[in-house]
Amino acid sequence: MIAVIGLVVGVVAGLIFHPSVPAELTPYLPIAVVAALDALSGALRALLDGQFDDKVFVVSFLSNVLVAAFIVFLGDQLGVGSQLSTAVVVVLGIRIFSNAAAIRRRLFKA
Amino acid sequence: MRPRFTKAQVTAAILCAVLGFGAVTQVHQNSQSAYANAREDDLVWLLDELNGRVDQLRQENSQLEAQKSQLTNSADQAAAADQAAEQRAKTQGILAGTDPATGPGIELTIYDPAGKVTAAQLYHALEELRNAGAEAITLGAQRITASSWVAAGRTATATRPASVDVDGTSVSAPYVFDAIGDPDTLSVALNIPGGVLKQVTAAGATYNLTNQASLTITAVRPLATPHYASPAPTH
Repeated sequence: MIAVIGLVVGVVAGLIFHPSVPAELTPYLPIAVVAALDALSGALRALLDGQFDDKVFVVSFLSNVLVAAFIVFLGDQLGVGSQLSTAVVVVLGIRIFSNAAAIRRRLFKA
Repeated sequence: MRPRFTKAQVTAAILCAVLGFGAVTQVHQNSQSAYANAREDDLVWLLDELNGRVDQLRQENSQLEAQKSQLTNSADQAAAADQAAEQRAKTQGILAGTDPATGPGIELTIYDPAGKVTAAQLYHALEELRNAGAEAITLGAQRITASSWVAAGRTATATRPASVDVDGTSVSAPYVFDAIGDPDTLSVALNIPGGVLKQVTAAGATYNLTNQASLTITAVRPLATPHYASPAPTH
């Protein structure tokens, strides 16, 4: 419940401040957001499974974001940045989908 | 159910806030411009592509420009050729006697009431005018050309003056020559000692020679199409 409030607060803050992303961070922000979405879906699944651990959530959230950003950074250095960020998005998308499927099974028993 | 402010809940809330903030920022950033978010590589690639396209279009442009100037050139040349041909046709029309002509010249009238002037003397006068550079000549109402001839006509009687046959047409005295050319040269040529006017005077006729600042010859003769001759190819 309070997590949902936090999400709303973040969205509202983003809408109000309209921060501009620094140029050197532009390739990483979308990947970081997708990685965070993956961590969030994982946390939601764990919550429904009754296995939610705040420490795991925090660590997985931060490590997901950092690893995803690092992979993209590495790709940029190697000259395959756009391909590698596509790969990261695909992998994270698959994970989000499988988490969503688990949540769905838990919620609707189907 | 009341929200429980446990440490786990607060941490999750903070991370969710960060996520929401990041997501909104990214959406906002993404909607700003198609290129604001693009990677350097992609931008370079796009720029390369655009440069290539620009080069291509520039090349096409210069090609079309060259084509255009070529066409303009040939149009100009065609116009110049047309003009030259028209000019030549006019000149040749005057020389061939098919076009009216105007310019300075002389008017020579030979009064011959007694019929003493011969066709040969009149022809001599024509030759003299030609030699002096007359460009258009009439005798009576007949335009004189390169193929003109003068033959003896009937002799004078009490009621009719003498006449000569010019190109098949009878021309009666007095004989009027109109000639376009340099008036001074023409009159000097006619007046040379032993020349045509002296002969005419000796024969007993009188004449009147005047220089004209502007003379218009309207008599023309039809252009005969050559029967046997055709233009030879030039090399």
